Amino acid sequence: MDAKRKKIVLDPIFKNNPVIVQMLGVCSALAVTSKLEPSIVLGISVIVVLTFANFIISLIRNTIPSRIRIIVQLVIVAALVTIVSEVLKAYAYEVNKQLSVFVGLIITNCIIMGRLEAFALANKPIDSILDGVGNGTGYALILVAVGFVRELFGSGTLLGFQVIPQFLYDLGYENNGMMILPPMALITVATLIWIHRSKDKSLQEN
Amino acid sequence: MNKESNNYTIIYAAVMVIIVAIGLAFTSQVLKERQAKNEAVDKMRQILRAANIESTADDADKKYDAFIVADYAIDKNGEKVSDNGFVVEMVEELRKTPENRKYPVFEALIDGESYYILALRGAGLWGPIWGYIALKDDKNMVYGADFSHQGETPGLGAEITTAAFSKQFENKRIAIDNVFKSIAIVKKGKKVDNQDFVDGISGGTITSQGVNDMLFNSLKGYEAFLNKKSKL
Repeated sequence: MDAKRKKIVLDPIFKNNPVIVQMLGVCSALAVTSKLEPSIVLGISVIVVLTFANFIISLIRNTIPSRIRIIVQLVIVAALVTIVSEVLKAYAYEVNKQLSVFVGLIITNCIIMGRLEAFALANKPIDSILDGVGNGTGYALILVAVGFVRELFGSGTLLGFQVIPQFLYDLGYENNGMMILPPMALITVATLIWIHRSKDKSLQEN
Repeated sequence: MNKESNNYTIIYAAVMVIIVAIGLAFTSQVLKERQAKNEAVDKMRQILRAANIESTADDADKKYDAFIVADYAIDKNGEKVSDNGFVVEMVEELRKTPENRKYPVFEALIDGESYYILALRGAGLWGPIWGYIALKDDKNMVYGADFSHQGETPGLGAEITTAAFSKQFENKRIAIDNVFKSIAIVKKGKKVDNQDFVDGISGGTITSQGVNDMLFNSLKGYEAFLNKKSKL
């Protein structure tokens, strides 16, 4: 893989992460991350939808009339999300039940429209696929990180298994109920942003 | 060809929509059978869970056949009106007037003891909630319960699906001294007189209230049936 393509995939995962640098898709990062499992499944679903949407839009980019390009993008994304939702219903019924409305809400995820507008409309299909994978992964990583912290401290479990040993509870340790509420998701994301910026001087604003 | 002309735009939009529609219709048709089966299996698992039987997606139908010995539907007066209770959907019944409603009953036979499993349906904070409740032979004492929801908040209202919540219902009574009471959901530490109660979900007050109302409203429809102590 040449350097340019490598950059397309890796940039959005670390340096130009859609959630903690571009501040896109924060809403869903707050909504579904009270447990780790839905965070992982939603992350994967977004990677799939974003990759395919980028690919399809890039394939037809030269035929789209510019006046209705947003509508075209929406139709493609909505169709893909519906397919993902139907497939989950058929093959991962339990997880689909847990994610409930959030699968449908992928349509409104700003990252997807953002990447279609900013990248897929102007780049070749292969590059667009890589861009989709990179941005989707960047988003999924943040979701998983937030879900990990919130489930661990909010419920004392990970993927439903208790990880904080019982004797700590016997000693008076308590789960932090705030962690499962949306405000702590915001604070967790903000903490990630803080750590990320303190490591990368070029992101700091004066 | 001029990509910005009105004709091109209209034809483009029309063709795109038709292609997408065909694609979606095809997907839906291909997956329909599997989805319907998943839904049926999920319903069986919920009914079994209410009777304290854990099952997996693979063995649910076998266990269902083994433990659920009869299913039928009754009307408001407690009379049997149909021999197939499994197909009765509470969501449709609740749209009818109370006189025309059918209520499903599932009879389970576990280790020689028989239980009655009744269907519940109500509203939570964000959408519908439903569940099944298993009563012992006396049609009064609760043997087990199971709750499901469509879109309650994960970690808060959605906790009604956990065993920690539903286990509380065991050995509570629907009626006290033959008077229908239902089971109340109360804030932790609170009490209700003359009625059995369980603790609600902290942070899920409206969902807990929804479960409270669902129990009362749904079980009310079974009142005549529950008062008949003989077998149907």
